[in-house]
Amino acid sequence: MGRYVARRLLQMIPVVIGTTFLIFALVWALPGDPFAGKCGDRPCPPDYVAAMTNKFSLDEPLPLQYLAYLGRLVQGDFGATFSGQSVADALVRVFPTTVKLALLAIAIEVIIGIAAGVVAALRRGSFTDTLVLVSTLVVISIPIFVIGYALQFLLGINLGLFPVTVSPAARLYELVMPAFVLASTSLAYVARLMRANLAENLRADYVRTATAKGLSQRRVVGVHTVRAALIPVVTFIGADLGALLGGSIVVEGIFNIDGVGGLIFDSVRRYEGAMVTGAVTVLVLIFLLVNLLVDLLYAVLDPRIRYD
Amino acid sequence: MTETRVVQPPGVPDPHLTGPAQTPVGRQPRGPRHRASKPRSLLVDAWHDLRRSPVFIASAVVIAVLVAMAAFPGLFTSASPTYCDLTFSRQGPSASAWFGYDVQGCDVYARTIYGARASILVGVLSTLGIVLIGALIGMFAGFYGGWVDAVLSRFLEIFYGIPFLLGGILVLSSFPSGAGTPQWVTIGKVSLALAVLGWTALARIMRSTVLQVRHAEYVQAARGLGASGARLLRRHVLPNAMASVIVYATIILGVLIATEATLSYLGIGLQPPVVSWGVDISHATTYIRQSPHMLLFPATFLSVTVLAFIMLGDAVRDALDPKLR
Repeated sequence: MGRYVARRLLQMIPVVIGTTFLIFALVWALPGDPFAGKCGDRPCPPDYVAAMTNKFSLDEPLPLQYLAYLGRLVQGDFGATFSGQSVADALVRVFPTTVKLALLAIAIEVIIGIAAGVVAALRRGSFTDTLVLVSTLVVISIPIFVIGYALQFLLGINLGLFPVTVSPAARLYELVMPAFVLASTSLAYVARLMRANLAENLRADYVRTATAKGLSQRRVVGVHTVRAALIPVVTFIGADLGALLGGSIVVEGIFNIDGVGGLIFDSVRRYEGAMVTGAVTVLVLIFLLVNLLVDLLYAVLDPRIRYD
Repeated sequence: MTETRVVQPPGVPDPHLTGPAQTPVGRQPRGPRHRASKPRSLLVDAWHDLRRSPVFIASAVVIAVLVAMAAFPGLFTSASPTYCDLTFSRQGPSASAWFGYDVQGCDVYARTIYGARASILVGVLSTLGIVLIGALIGMFAGFYGGWVDAVLSRFLEIFYGIPFLLGGILVLSSFPSGAGTPQWVTIGKVSLALAVLGWTALARIMRSTVLQVRHAEYVQAARGLGASGARLLRRHVLPNAMASVIVYATIILGVLIATEATLSYLGIGLQPPVVSWGVDISHATTYIRQSPHMLLFPATFLSVTVLAFIMLGDAVRDALDPKLR
């Protein structure tokens, strides 16, 4: 297992390098002048532009700039924006909120999604089953920003159940509705995935054996079958984390949350390459590590799985 | 998947062939195959099931109507989506305009009908791109294994790790469209961006299918008989992967249409001269409290489209995957 983890960690290195290079190249290709509008109502003086170009070595070829950036990144230096703001500080400011939001969304996904999937699979063909199937389809087919505005309007403004927007402190209660919106699509996928897998596993031989040796239905389903059926669901949730962390941009915009997605979106518009690359690098690192964790979880869920 | 050949009994000369080079033993039959004697292939079998599935028929009818709407919007409305009269601004549904008017006083019904084209085009084009890129990369990685697989898998992980929406924002900001960009270019750009970022899941599906098939005995036999790599891929690997690719493609098509709407909402997908559901929905969100009808109609059409494609995919999967029966 130690060797497996070491191999996986080594495999991450080229992936992180490739990702950062891709993002770096894309930001570099952004059309427009990063110094436009930075000096008030007049064009920036050529001295200033020359000094900044020199300071951020913007006139060097892309590969050299990238290598220099990577060298600093390895030493833990995320760099600074053109206005002198430290990228690391900005990331420390926004990441806790986004991670909180994503974890809350995953909790909602896991609790409601798995419960709905299990109930539907145990009562296949019943009204509950149909209800789960139809409602998940409807949720999947509505774009997330429509769900966001609709819930904000209904629950926040009309009924007043939840705060309409999130304060800078981002308290847990304020994040419940945004997290629900963020989780909605994945919640539907988790429920459908759980239903399909559990239904398939319930017909497996080991389930028949467990029932035959007299185990209660609760134990057969709860301990044996659900555990095995969870594997694809856990894989999905791991893969979904990237979408939740990076895709929270829409939800952040609707509910006025100061998070990673909004930071990246604004930085793209202001040509702040260091900020965009830094934030995406951290996102990708979190994503890769969580997916390694998910792969290690398989052995817990299914004792037949071994890591060479 | 079973493959059968009608082998003619030796000694019966083929009426279509007369010549000195004719050797009757082991020759493939020419001309039309005898349908009655041929067992049904997986696809024919699935088609047989599909024709009797109410879900399939319902979603296929909806998709047919939507495609007709995209191809010939003039059949559904005589109003122009770009003729707007500010005196009608944000008026609700009425007999003269079934879906009401938007902020600019354009007819929402006409815009919704004309919006089908851009949304469905983006969905279809990006799905085609995803299938092409994903299937090729997945097939090569699985079939050739070794270092090819290692390199392609790392390459896949790079794209897999970039959050879809963020990647879309970056790509589309690097190659922006403005009011002067021709519609086709904008639609092509958005489709390409979605395809470049979305192919990883399909490549994984393809790769794992190829890995399963590669060591099957009939593939080993074909290889032993001297079949080339290209032939093995075409004759044995592709047919096996078809089912999962078709299912994934129909489902992702719907999801991509919804993603296009989200990108347009963020202001970097399709741009205003293009009439699309995503553009209209995103403009309508500003007035959700005062004039919900502006949001309701394009959003409903979008959701019905996505729903129809996902349900079509579900029905096809049920027909192709005997395990779920």
